[in-house]
Formats: sequence, C-alpha cells, structure tokens
Amino acid sequence: MSFNPLSFLFGDANSDQVVPPKGNAAWLTGFASAAMAFIAVFALTLSLAVGRLADYWSLDLARTATVQIVAEGESLQAQSEAALRVLRTTPGVERADIIDKSAQVALLEPWLGRNLPIDSLPIPQMIDVRLGPDGVDVESLKLRLQAEAPDASFDDHSTWRAPVLAASQRLRIMVALSLMLTGIITVIIVVLSAHNALASNQNIIRTLRLLGARDSYIAGAFVRRITMRATLGAVLGMALAMVAVVSFPAQPEANGLLSGMSLSGIDWLYPIFVPILVGISAFAASRLAARYHLHSVT
Amino acid sequence: MISLKNAGFSYGSRAILKDVDQELAAGSFHFLTGPSGAGKTTLLKMCYLSLMPDSGTLEVLGQDVTKLSREQITQMRRRIGVVHQDCQFLNHLTIRQNIALPLLVAGKNIEDNMDNLEDLLSWVDMAHRADAYPEEISGGERQRLALARAVIMDPDMIVADEPTGNVDWEMGQRLLTLLVELNKMGKTILLATHDLNLIRSIKGRVPASVLRLKAGQLSLAGAQL
Repeated sequence: MSFNPLSFLFGDANSDQVVPPKGNAAWLTGFASAAMAFIAVFALTLSLAVGRLADYWSLDLARTATVQIVAEGESLQAQSEAALRVLRTTPGVERADIIDKSAQVALLEPWLGRNLPIDSLPIPQMIDVRLGPDGVDVESLKLRLQAEAPDASFDDHSTWRAPVLAASQRLRIMVALSLMLTGIITVIIVVLSAHNALASNQNIIRTLRLLGARDSYIAGAFVRRITMRATLGAVLGMALAMVAVVSFPAQPEANGLLSGMSLSGIDWLYPIFVPILVGISAFAASRLAARYHLHSVT
Repeated sequence: MISLKNAGFSYGSRAILKDVDQELAAGSFHFLTGPSGAGKTTLLKMCYLSLMPDSGTLEVLGQDVTKLSREQITQMRRRIGVVHQDCQFLNHLTIRQNIALPLLVAGKNIEDNMDNLEDLLSWVDMAHRADAYPEEISGGERQRLALARAVIMDPDMIVADEPTGNVDWEMGQRLLTLLVELNKMGKTILLATHDLNLIRSIKGRVPASVLRLKAGQLSLAGAQL
C-alpha cells in the first residue's frame, strides 16, 4: 500500500463530497483569508522597505559625512581648498568633493523653487565626504580642519541618524507585530468558521455517524474544505496585494521609505509564503476545531 | 442478534425504559409498537448504537455495546441499516450519491459497487430518479431511497423507525414488501410502527412478532403473526 501524504493529512479525498458546497462559513473563510493575505503582503512589503531604509541609514549613510564652510569671498575659496587637502590626506577618507553651485541649486530646488538667486544667498560651501569601511579618527580630523580651515565644521550625520535609525528599528518591530497579529486573526477566523460550519451541519454529521463514518473521516472532510477555501482566498489576496505593490507609483531614491515600497529580486518570493502559511494555519486550526467539536458532540 | 437484559434508559430524571428484557433472534421480523412517547425511538436508537443503556446490558450482533470502543461502534454501525421517518439525506447529493454514501464513508470504491448500486435503485424502483436530488422526490420515494441506503452495505439487521408514517397505504405496503424480501434474505428486521393495519397485513408472508412498549416496559403482544 503506497503512502499518500495528502490522504494522511486530509483523509479520503472523496470525503469532500459530504460537505455542502455552500454555507455561511464558505464566503467568510475565503473573504477573510483574502483580506488577511492582502494585509500581510502589504505589511511584508512595508517591512522590507523599512529594512532597506534601516540598512541604508545604518550602513551607507554611516560612511558619508559633510564638511560645511561658512565664510565669504577669498577666505571661502582658501578654506575650501585647505579643507579638501586635509580630507584627502586623512587616512580612512576614500573621497572628498566640493558640491558645486549647480548641485547645491538642485538640492535646494525642491524647497525653494526654480530660478533661485543663489548668488544673493549666503549659502555655505559644502564638501561631500565618502569614508572607508574602517571609518576615520573624527576627533583628530576635526582638530586638523580647525587648524587649516577655522570656519569649517565636520558633520558625520550621527546626531540625526541615531534617532531615525532607532525609529526605523521600532517601525520594523511594529510591522513584525502586525504580521503576527494578522496571522493570529486569520487562525481565529478559521477556527470560528470551522465551528460555524460544523454547528450548521449537525444533521449531516449525525447522519454520517449513523452510516458508519469515523470522526476522523468527518473531520477530514471539513478540514479539507476549510483549508482549500482559506488557501484559495489567501492566494487571491496575495495576488491583489502584489498587483497593488507593482502599481505603486515609482518614487525618487530621495523619498526614503516611499522609494522602498516595492519588491525586487528575491523579495518576490516572500509573498508566496503568505498563502502557504495561511494554508498550514487553516489546516491546523480547522483540524483542532473539528476534533474538539466532534469530540464534544456525542 | 439483539439481547436486552434489565436494560434501562432515562432522560434526566424521566425513566423511558425500565428493566427491559428481550431477545431478538437473527433473521427474525419484529414490529415494535406502543403509544407515542412510549420510548420506541429510544429503544431503536439503542439498537443502532446511537444511545447506550443507563443500566443493564445490551448485546447487539453478539457484542456488549457498553464495552465497545468508538472505533468498534463505528464498525458495528456499518452492519446495521437504519431507516428514519425523516430519512436524513444530504440534500446537496443526488439520490445515487446518497445511496452510495455508506460505501463512501467506509472507504469503499464506488465504481466497484456500481452494479450493486444500480440493482438497488431498480429494486426500490428509483432508477429513473437516480440523478434527482432528495428535495425533488416524494415522501414515498424518500422512504424507498432510505431503505436502499440502509441495505447497500449488506447489513445483518435493518432498524426502521416509522418508515410508513408519512406515506399512503399503497406506498406503505410497497415498503413492507421490500422489508419482507430482505427478511427472507436472512436480515433481522425491527420495525417501529403504530399502524396496526400495516402489522396485520404481514400475516402469512413471513413469521413476525409484535413487541409492545408501554410505560417503559417491553412485552410480546399476542400470538406470532
């Protein structure tokens, strides 16, 4: 006799026939699973976006710094050149470049609009610094800059990066909790719909027992039906959520969290686990509910 | 086949059956009669293992039913055909599927039993309605369908609870004829009815006895028919 894992899990495949195809629980299970899968895929996408953003803030931004020189005229020119010299001769600095006027205008344009009279504004000279993976000795760099360019200040972004990073980590935890709650609610809905299905089919259960059906057979029939409904609902919810994610308007990189609201590469595989997990949860929850229900009904 | 010794059953404080002693031999035909509320259905439920006696012993098919496991009870139920007054069909299945239901739940291959299934449909004169649904057929047809479903597993015993209660005289006679045929094939028949004309009509067809249930006591009523 060959071992059939599906029969082991669900019992006799023909048992499905004994469960009425329609009922109050039928649409409830499918719809609730679809809704939960949709929310789960969205939360998953958000979690991945937050993760990417946190990585960006903790890794990429940690290797950048800015030097700002507030001076005018020839002093500005001289201090800029001195600062660049200091930076380019500091161990741990990979690259240091002046941010030219046109780049500064581009940075300010979203805030101050086009046709910016940049020459009339007291805009400091900025130097974009790229650090090596081992970082630099910040204190000695600051001392050297102070000596060579007294109006220069070094900013490694740590003052604003730390709280933002902490917030992103907290957001990540909240998204994970949301995913967990979504799973718990799905299980509760499946358990309730299993009880509902069993309670509204008492006559069928009584008849099947009188005809010699084992409780495992009856449970298997209901579990199979509920698991299929929940899984199909979750597949539909996942598909709709993925369409929604794909159609999310493209955002420039600078938009942070919003720019990460997409799936790429291996990320596309993660949503597939949502209906699989819903199916496994529905199977376990409905099986438990059915066994409990049948055991309590003599 | 069935042996009741001092068997009793109560619903709460209300005693339905008291110290019932009775032996039903294999292959015999029995009518069970008595006033409404006398406990006929309760006694039948005990015979098809839907209820267990509160006191005394009940043996069905040679087994003390109070000592059976759940699995053994399931196996025993497959050897007892039951016909209810309200039939209890699965309305989303066709008549053919309803008759095949005992085979399905027992894990038997329906294709292997198709000839038997078609013979049964013809036997109860339902072949032309095989693809109809239970809600589409008459009361008499429902009873014949219930009888066909009760015998498809080739049971040792048929227990019928007022099968002619909702049908006319002619249909009642057709059902009784089918039960007589089954009895002649060696099946034990226990038929609950309050229809004395139905009981009288069996005279001369098969040996049958009448069990009367009154005030919780079961007694043999009158001579063998």
